Amino acid sequence: MKKNWPLWEVFVRSKNGLEHRHFGSLHAADAEMALENARDVYTRRNEGVSIWVVESKHITASNPEHNGEMFEPAQDKVYRHPTFYKVPDEVKHM
Amino acid sequence: MSENQIKNLEAEFEAKISRDEKIEPKDWMPEKYRQTHIRQISQHAHSEIVGMLPEGNWITRAPSLRRKVALLAKVQDEAGHGLYLYSACETLGISRDELYEQLHTGKAKYSSIFNYPTLTWADMGAIGWLVDGAAIINQVPLCNTSYGPYARAMVRVCKEESFHQRQGFEIMMKLAQGTPEQKEMAQDALNRWWWPSLMMLGPTDDASVHTEQSMKWKLKRKTNDELRQQFIDQTVPQADLIGLTIPDFDLKWNEERGHYDFGPINWDEFWQVVKGHGPCNKERLAARKGAWERGEWVRDAAMAYAEKQADRKEKQVV
Repeated sequence: MKKNWPLWEVFVRSKNGLEHRHFGSLHAADAEMALENARDVYTRRNEGVSIWVVESKHITASNPEHNGEMFEPAQDKVYRHPTFYKVPDEVKHM
Repeated sequence: MSENQIKNLEAEFEAKISRDEKIEPKDWMPEKYRQTHIRQISQHAHSEIVGMLPEGNWITRAPSLRRKVALLAKVQDEAGHGLYLYSACETLGISRDELYEQLHTGKAKYSSIFNYPTLTWADMGAIGWLVDGAAIINQVPLCNTSYGPYARAMVRVCKEESFHQRQGFEIMMKLAQGTPEQKEMAQDALNRWWWPSLMMLGPTDDASVHTEQSMKWKLKRKTNDELRQQFIDQTVPQADLIGLTIPDFDLKWNEERGHYDFGPINWDEFWQVVKGHGPCNKERLAARKGAWERGEWVRDAAMAYAEKQADRKEKQVV
């Protein structure tokens, strides 16, 4: 019976001090192979110092069709931004 | 979904693209957009993969270690580019297996240029200089295309591609400065690769069926004829510089247009090769299919091993 290699998502930290960022995906039989393939596919020119791989099926993603319900509640909360608050000009840095 | 709802979604979609917003995998998109992108991205991926074959032919016969490591690295990059692009294509809801299947059965196309043979070492120079040069001209505008995963893959591809062209030009330059035989070898390679490289930028605008829709979706930012002119204008001075002659008697600078005029392209040849009658179509496909079939036991073994390891881990936990 034919079984296809599962899909993995690859995250790379380009240097210490920066976060891991999504770089792309690839197919591999297991996690170890996914790491090795990720090194060869995504870091051939010193693009990274650390790699994470996670099987794509373990990622839960929000649905863009529900972006309204999901993200609109933040839109009318201007009081979460510093510019909402008035301070006298004399106060130079705050 | 009612027809009206779809119309609204389509209007919203077109508006998004004209605002230069990207389309991401889970966003709603018209079925035609999805299909067109699967066609173009997979064709692009297949071209990278099949494109390894003509060059692979010369790895073991590279004239020096320096040339050999460079060619190896270039071919490895092409494998990488193919993989970036397959991944981008899979986000549109088609599996890697289906994509391979389409290539192996001839349903999907790849760039016709790879159906020409690589007869001498100078062909490695001509491919890097001309074929990768034409590819770059084609690809740079795609870094801004509307489909997010494709655009991101193209940014990475373009960053890596310029080494390819420079290594090819260096090979040509060295040969052109060498013995008369070496120079002749370089000229012969230019003679054979020039016209297929021009064809690589696609049929003329009046014969291109996809251009209009593709421009609208920003899947294409310049027409084939514009890209071809750009390639010619950029390459002719490079050939002059290394003392090689472009094999086109009609080639002439046109002061008024600010471009080179060039001779007629043999489109019959182009369509023959596209339809499968090029010098190496059969050989290339057979090599791809053979590699896939001979690799099957390796893929199965790796999967069986992974399952066994996972099983063992589970038992240990229990």
